[in-house]
Amino acid sequence: MTVPASPAISSIGGRKMAENDTPLLELRDLTVKFVSGRGLLSKQVVNAVDGVSISVKKGEALGLVGQSGSGKTTLARAVVKLVKPQSGFVLFKGKNIFDQRGDEAKAYRRQVQMIFQDPYESLNPRATVEKAIEEPLVIHRLAGDSSARQERTLNLVRLVGLNPEAVSKKHPHELSGGERQRTSIARALAVSPELLLADEPVSMLDVSIRIGIIDLLKELKRKLDLTVVFITHDLGVARYFCDRIAVMYKGKLIEVAATEDLLRHPSDPYTKQLLESVPDPARSAREKSSTIQKS
Amino acid sequence: MRLPRDRRVLVGISILGFFTFVAIFAPFLTPYGPHQVSGPPYSSPSFQHWMGTDELGEDIMSQVIFGARISLTVGFSVALAATLIGSLVGLVSGFYRGAVDEALMRLTDVVLILPSLPLAVILAAYLGPSVQTIIEVLTVTGWPLVARVVRSQTLSLRERPFVDAERVIGAGNARIMFRVIIPNLLSLIAANAVLAITAAVVGEAGLDFIGLGNPSVVSWGTMLYWSQNLNAILRGAWWWMLAPGLCIALVGLGAVLISIGIENIFNPRLRGR
Amino acid sequence: MALLEVRGLCIDYKLQNRYLRAVDNVAFQIDEGEVLGLAGESGSGKSTIAHSILKILPRSARVSGSILIDGTEVVKMDDREARAYRWKVVSLVPQGSMNAFDPVITIGSQIVESIRIHRNVDKADAWRRTRELFSLVGIPEGRAKGYPHEFSGGMKQRAAIAMALSLNPKLVILDEPTTALDVVIQRQVLGLLARLRRELGISFLFVTHDLSVLSEIATKVAVMYAGRLAEISNSETLFASPRHPYSRALIHAIPTLSGDLSLVRSIPGVPANILNLPPGCKFHPRCPYVFDRCRKEEPQLLHMDDGSSIACHLFDRREKNGGE
Repeated sequence: MTVPASPAISSIGGRKMAENDTPLLELRDLTVKFVSGRGLLSKQVVNAVDGVSISVKKGEALGLVGQSGSGKTTLARAVVKLVKPQSGFVLFKGKNIFDQRGDEAKAYRRQVQMIFQDPYESLNPRATVEKAIEEPLVIHRLAGDSSARQERTLNLVRLVGLNPEAVSKKHPHELSGGERQRTSIARALAVSPELLLADEPVSMLDVSIRIGIIDLLKELKRKLDLTVVFITHDLGVARYFCDRIAVMYKGKLIEVAATEDLLRHPSDPYTKQLLESVPDPARSAREKSSTIQKS
Repeated sequence: MRLPRDRRVLVGISILGFFTFVAIFAPFLTPYGPHQVSGPPYSSPSFQHWMGTDELGEDIMSQVIFGARISLTVGFSVALAATLIGSLVGLVSGFYRGAVDEALMRLTDVVLILPSLPLAVILAAYLGPSVQTIIEVLTVTGWPLVARVVRSQTLSLRERPFVDAERVIGAGNARIMFRVIIPNLLSLIAANAVLAITAAVVGEAGLDFIGLGNPSVVSWGTMLYWSQNLNAILRGAWWWMLAPGLCIALVGLGAVLISIGIENIFNPRLRGR
Repeated sequence: MALLEVRGLCIDYKLQNRYLRAVDNVAFQIDEGEVLGLAGESGSGKSTIAHSILKILPRSARVSGSILIDGTEVVKMDDREARAYRWKVVSLVPQGSMNAFDPVITIGSQIVESIRIHRNVDKADAWRRTRELFSLVGIPEGRAKGYPHEFSGGMKQRAAIAMALSLNPKLVILDEPTTALDVVIQRQVLGLLARLRRELGISFLFVTHDLSVLSEIATKVAVMYAGRLAEISNSETLFASPRHPYSRALIHAIPTLSGDLSLVRSIPGVPANILNLPPGCKFHPRCPYVFDRCRKEEPQLLHMDDGSSIACHLFDRREKNGGE
């Protein structure tokens, strides 16, 4: 799928500064707790994220892989400041994001963006595609006056592979799942972020269109010089998109390695178990006879 | 917002529209004034008096027509005021949570728990019998229910992913409240407001009926009060009770029919069904 | 004789005042001990078919064609006959069943209740059977008096399977049984199903949108698109060399752990919407091999020499022999 080039959206100067060793995003010993109570007597404190430390290099595609309850979504929510950690740090370009005040805090919203899992629920049902994508431009007073904003919005709609005539005035319920997710992507990119977190962006989409959205993300990452943290439970999808994969289980970071290294030479037993459990059509053809004996 | 095509809604709007018209153009619709003695007392419906006359010989239909002014004024004012106050309280409470929520909900609970009729009696006695009093009393007893409903919906809305998404793109509380929460609350608030009309019209009749209103003012409620006190039915003047009672019921019905259709008007997903 | 034989099955749903065809002319069979995977995306009609076999579609739905279980015609059954037949010959593990347990009643009691609804047995016998079922699906018998919130996701799914097995059916239909499960737990549940098939000779109809799961468990796979069958082949053939353009595209749209990533490709266009289907072949707007006939004429299910069936004009011998 070709994505039209648009000078208005490409890398704004200032980002191509001297590469130094500071990772773009760094988590140090991050811990996020939740209280889960059943009845008056047993209130359990659960570490949704338990002492996680990891760095994200500028320009990389990092996969955060885990099953439900692994803490990967909570970790992402902490990075976009939707939850506060009990201990540990989230450092963006070396600075603690939870120390930010005023302008710095607002600027963070232009540097880090997120795409959510549920294509329908992550868009305001009352807003049209146009209004949804324009919203961040209005909030941060980007792109000048109303007509400049409209043009920028138009470019964004095209950038994500949508036809403005067909979708701009539509509400989310009139769009397909794929179109909704593209709208969310356009909205996230409106502020020209440096870091994009994608939380299970294709899990709720039909299988036949998933790769289309992931290919779009790949292309946008390349075009706009993005750093992407891709959260998913699907190892095949992680392999397709990511340079490096981090495995999480019950809040803890189990293992991080370059994609092919992790898949071929996993060191942690959990990772090994995970890889063996993933259905793989090529492998199962070979093992069909022995699978029936295992179980 | 698009115009409703649902037949029920159109019927409802027609009913309320009709009565509103009657209330506004009252003097032109009847040759008699509401306090004008124009015929023999207790006369049954006839060509000169379509709904008969009361114990003084005043035309009942004129009373119904002029009474609409009071009843509808009370109905619309209370609905507006109670919904506005209740929605504000519910929205602030549900959105900010914490101490604000606790405080507002305790206040709401207190008013809800107080038995409304005794409260009405006390307030009316304190404020003196008048239409103004009735409006105030009904508003005070009416807003807590709206507050609870709006708070509940606000709580649920604020947990939805699109609110998270708004925060992530940098929206502050004010923006989220006005551009996201309130638009998604509109259908609920509108439906509540319309149903409140029914409650208010009936409430007005009820308060007048037990004598808390101003008996010299002509409204559907005071008509019921007088006809009851003077034992109209025993005297065979059933039309004196039927006319205002029927009007109250019709207005109530009209409001309910509109509220059914409101969800369809506001919710983009349901349009076109 | 096949255990389940479906011929010319058409199912219409009532939407406001018109009927919408959700399933069109579907035919397949399941032999004893087989696992048929019914694969398709949302709107393909696969769940509808599963429900029609158990006669639990809404009353307003219209079903025509033939569904034969062990020679008995299901489509024409009345309510009484259907009640006698359900759960005893064919049972269902519905979609999301692991979350459908009543939270205030113990799991054991719910299984006992389902047994006693379908068969007149006393409580003691039903409990005995329930404990038996628990051990059959690998849940410790002591958990029978446990509540749903005390069970993990995988255990709840096993319990749902146990409930479906309670009256010894010959065929169990499973609708997306592993979709909500952790991949490690999924592997265990698939292993359980394989064991049940081996030890008890039960056949399964496994409905899912996840083709890769079918590569582990199915002996035969039927791929559906927009309410029609695209291809039915045995499992090895389908995954090694899918022939229908849709099944081929679908398999190539799934990135695997060990396959060649450069072959992974999206399918252009949007999944078919049954409210607005194109004429001719329903897949033609998205098909890379589309030609004129595809736009006008719907392909019939053609039977190939190797026993598989494909609904595509490309495989019509007349087409191959240079047209009519």
